[in-house]
Amino acid sequence: MLAIVDTGCANLASVGFAFDRLGADYRITQDPDVIYGADHVLIPGVGSAPYAMNELRERSLIPVLQNLTQPVMGICLGMQIIFDHSSEAGGIDCLGMVDGQIVEMDTGDLPSPHMGWNTLSGVADDPLLEGIKDGDYAYFVHSFAAPVSARTLAKCNYGDDFSAIVRQANIYGCQFHPERSGAAGSRILNNFLRVSV
Amino acid sequence: MLARRIIPCLDVRDGRVVKGVQFRNHEDVGDIIDLAMRYRDEGADELVFYDITASVDDRTVSPEWIGKVSAALDIPFCVAGGIKTVEAARARLESGADKISVNSPALMNPELINRLHDAFGRQCVVVGIDSFDDGITYRVKSHTGDADKTRETGRETIAWVQEAVRRGAGEIVLNCMNQDGVRKGYDLKQLSAVRAVCSVPLIASGGAGATSHFEDVFKTSNVDGALAASVFHKSVIAIPDLKRDLRSAGIEIRL
Repeated sequence: MLAIVDTGCANLASVGFAFDRLGADYRITQDPDVIYGADHVLIPGVGSAPYAMNELRERSLIPVLQNLTQPVMGICLGMQIIFDHSSEAGGIDCLGMVDGQIVEMDTGDLPSPHMGWNTLSGVADDPLLEGIKDGDYAYFVHSFAAPVSARTLAKCNYGDDFSAIVRQANIYGCQFHPERSGAAGSRILNNFLRVSV
Repeated sequence: MLARRIIPCLDVRDGRVVKGVQFRNHEDVGDIIDLAMRYRDEGADELVFYDITASVDDRTVSPEWIGKVSAALDIPFCVAGGIKTVEAARARLESGADKISVNSPALMNPELINRLHDAFGRQCVVVGIDSFDDGITYRVKSHTGDADKTRETGRETIAWVQEAVRRGAGEIVLNCMNQDGVRKGYDLKQLSAVRAVCSVPLIASGGAGATSHFEDVFKTSNVDGALAASVFHKSVIAIPDLKRDLRSAGIEIRL
């Protein structure tokens, strides 16, 4: 069973629908016992990092998420809050499940937010990315991002390179919206359900 | 590289997709889910659903069909039409819309843009603008869903774009009314002028009639996406052919 953490964000329905299309067994939940007992845990999110962290704090979910040992994936804002810290809105400490900082993207003269379909590159050999290759498109909407690091499994470029997908031990992060990224996104969600650590 | 987006727009009235010429004489062109899935299969990058009667009839779009669309689609979509409050926006986002677009309500109450930004983040907030070239300057009109109720706002388009972005819009859809539904091409001059002052993604709307029009608007006006309705609904242009031709012309396009 997959637990989709109810982070109080607005796109929970569309994330759930994506798993419906895969025929997956999932629950949208904020119950620590359900989350601890799940085979896989997904942390969705849209909006701002301070808002999302506050929602998790009010639901007493911060230590729950920090102690998970099964495969976990944060998507979009959910990817940003699994890092140590985000510089959004003056800076906020996040969950610290992945080492590193989330910073505002330097897009130069390009429009911001980074919005639309962009290509993945440097796709690593990892079970999450089976069937995914360089040049595959994914749908991004964000203006903060994780710089490329040793934890990067796939990059993207908008003004500068940044991490599209990261992994640290059992924790994955996906900056784009897999639930809105067509066949490639469905593949990644389906792969995640089969990841074991 | 970031791809330029091709965005079919589905004008919705009473739960059906309709299309008129210069906002008049609407004709039925099909079922919402059928058309949404057809465009997704053909390679549309995103869809926009406008409830064209919402603002003028003082009601809001139904989240029920939004949920059905969200369950079926694996590409992003935006919902517009009569969203006047944060609560109305929340209902649509929670039903599964990725973005909400405001037009007339934002003109009557610009603070709405700030409140939507604060509640959901810039990435959810699209401001749609219906702009008319009066021969001297570009002016914003409101309540364009019904030609008899359309109002002058007294606002100039360039200034309104800048204000909307300052207040928290994450994307601008600029509909050039002189061109709408007549298929003579996008208003490149106006879109280029807006592009120069618009720091967020800009979507062109109004006037698409041929593949060359899309090539022109991406190359000349440097917009992020191009929106069209009738040429897609009536199969004047097939999206797979369009996207292949644009990529051949050197434009970054997702195939």
